[in-house]
Amino acid sequence: MKRIISLLVLNKPGVLNRITNLFSKRNYNIESISVGLSEQEGMSRITCVIYVESEQQSEQITKQLNKQVDILKVTDITNQAVVARELALIKVQSNPHTRNEIYSLIEPFRASVIDVSKDSLVIQITGESEKIEAFLELIKPYGIKEIARTGTTAFPRGTQRQSQQKHNFSIV
Amino acid sequence: MVREAALTEEVKTKLETITGADLLMDALERENVEVVFGYPGGAVLPIYDKIYDAKFLHVLPRHEQGGIHAAEGYARISGKPGVVIATSGPGATNIVTGLADAMMDSLPIVAFTGQVATSVIGSDAFQEADILGITTPITKYNFQIRQLEDIPRVIKEAFYIATTGRPGPVLIDIPKDIASTITERPEEAEMDLPGYQPTLKPNRLQIRKLSDAVGAAQKPVILAGAGILHSKGATELLQYVEKTKIPVVHTLLGLGGFPSDHPLFIGMGGMHGCYTANMALSQCDLLINIGARFDDRLTGNLEHFAPNAKVAHIDIDPAEIGKNVPTVIPIVADAKAALLALLQEECNEPAHSEWMETLKQWSAAHPFHYDQASPKLKPQRVMELLYENTKGEAIVTTDVGQHQMWAAQYYRFKHADRWVTSGGLGTMGFGLPSSIGAQIADPDSCVLAIVGDAGFQMSTQELAVIQEMNLPIKIAIFNNQSLGMVRQWQEFFYESRFSHSKIPVQPDFVKLAEAYDIKGYSITTEEEAERVLAEVLHTREPVLLDFRVDADENVFPMIAPGKGIHEMVGVKE
Repeated sequence: MKRIISLLVLNKPGVLNRITNLFSKRNYNIESISVGLSEQEGMSRITCVIYVESEQQSEQITKQLNKQVDILKVTDITNQAVVARELALIKVQSNPHTRNEIYSLIEPFRASVIDVSKDSLVIQITGESEKIEAFLELIKPYGIKEIARTGTTAFPRGTQRQSQQKHNFSIV
Repeated sequence: MVREAALTEEVKTKLETITGADLLMDALERENVEVVFGYPGGAVLPIYDKIYDAKFLHVLPRHEQGGIHAAEGYARISGKPGVVIATSGPGATNIVTGLADAMMDSLPIVAFTGQVATSVIGSDAFQEADILGITTPITKYNFQIRQLEDIPRVIKEAFYIATTGRPGPVLIDIPKDIASTITERPEEAEMDLPGYQPTLKPNRLQIRKLSDAVGAAQKPVILAGAGILHSKGATELLQYVEKTKIPVVHTLLGLGGFPSDHPLFIGMGGMHGCYTANMALSQCDLLINIGARFDDRLTGNLEHFAPNAKVAHIDIDPAEIGKNVPTVIPIVADAKAALLALLQEECNEPAHSEWMETLKQWSAAHPFHYDQASPKLKPQRVMELLYENTKGEAIVTTDVGQHQMWAAQYYRFKHADRWVTSGGLGTMGFGLPSSIGAQIADPDSCVLAIVGDAGFQMSTQELAVIQEMNLPIKIAIFNNQSLGMVRQWQEFFYESRFSHSKIPVQPDFVKLAEAYDIKGYSITTEEEAERVLAEVLHTREPVLLDFRVDADENVFPMIAPGKGIHEMVGVKE
């Protein structure tokens, strides 16, 4: 099953290496990892999307991450109401005949064209991973030349509904 | 007059300006470091120039790996962090095994490595190695000093991380230019570790739950690990056991945490543990793990491990709880703190007289056994003699393998912190150098370095240190001219195809000892063993004893890989 883990870490050299090292040491599978500055000075937020086989494994990952000296906070936000977004840049083949068609696909996805050349377009799309997957499916027949994706970045919504309790492993 | 003024000026500057290496020396003094195990080299020359005048004892191993193993032995016996210094590149990579070993067995180590100058880091300079990258997975934490003024803070943090929570090795990499750069004395450093807060105090609710479970149990057992020793909680364990009358099984690394001559001590559990201990773990209805990590060599096949037990687990490392064995009562705490909380809690004695009777019968019927009628020198007999001649009071260090298991089985530890062995990593060549650290930590005790003939040859060079410092270590080589445990597995699981596990070509160990000016004895019979041991064990000088033991002897009982803990072979019928 897929899990989204949000980490607040010290913004120091080598921190990302420690985290990816931990994942490979413990044989965990990362789907994506995205890193950027957070609202607090000197701290970064990392969002990992991982695949685990069981609740137990997901609990282990959370605990192992918590042990890291440079990690301040580990939250498994999979079961929370979250806003999760990913950005993808897609270079797709186009010619004067297909260009309009592609534009008509872009519109309902609220994607945008950010570069046009004689035989290709670069499309920028943001949204949840599923939306990006769906868009890629649609655009594939035109011939995708290149894709660059950022991986998911996420955090909990301001208001949590009652039914969606925070997934909490704390046993202290 | 002018010249005099100039001189004073020079003295003044000298007093006020110091180098990075001076900051290191100051920090070591602040941490009350009494002994350093180190080996000089190019990148640590500025540091060694300061060590020339240092107040602490500097031990020069003959290989960096010996240095860090000695530091591990020192840490285990003294309870203080072991300090290691190695140069960059090969010096640093030579301590890698020791770091991994200390990580597995939770030993506090602070290792300093030299690094090439900051200006050439990353250029594959002479003796450069990315030691931070190499050691990240096998250290609790590691640092590279990037700013000279960080030295005091980083060292303070390193000692704090190494010794608190679950202890472990911490490495500090110091580029050569930083060690030699002149600076002014900085102000007292404050630690800055917002992400490191180990939990020490137990949750009262869980303590209550455990106490209730104890009262309701009929077949309870305590599994006591090295957490008891790391937390210095042996007295509290004894008090708790006497209060609740719950029998105790030890892990390999926990030995000594509970007195082996106590009627409630069952023995060591695990792959070569005793029958009663393993059956107790298998059939109990309440399993209280205190400071052990349910290692696979203890549990055997997890499907068959304690299938009917309610499991309570006390561990300072939350990640160990529930890692291998599903746990109903998790208690994140320092073992001693948890025991103190348990002692304060009201608790009924379990109604377990039937269980105790069963355990007693098992112990009487299935003790450790070997062929006592054999004309050959049996390693188990040698171990018994070592135990008898030291009255069970010696410090024992070992390598890994058959001799290690026999030591664990037959050397019945009465006290805490007398046992130094490489458990998690299973490092050959650990026994001899770790005995050096152990003897330095406790100069008055008898130290036995119990090693195999193969493991001994992995760190023979450290004999020089023993001789140089006249450490009265008694080195007992259990010489079966083979890699005994490998040979045993090949006999059982590979149709006796002894692939490269027999090493009949050996040096004459007695002559080798003599080459280092150490007395050596070759011992082939039980009578000889008795005579020599009575003669040498109490001397204040190092002695090497080459016991020519039965080469075909195996360690029993044994749980084959993949089998459940109750499926032992070689149990005395």
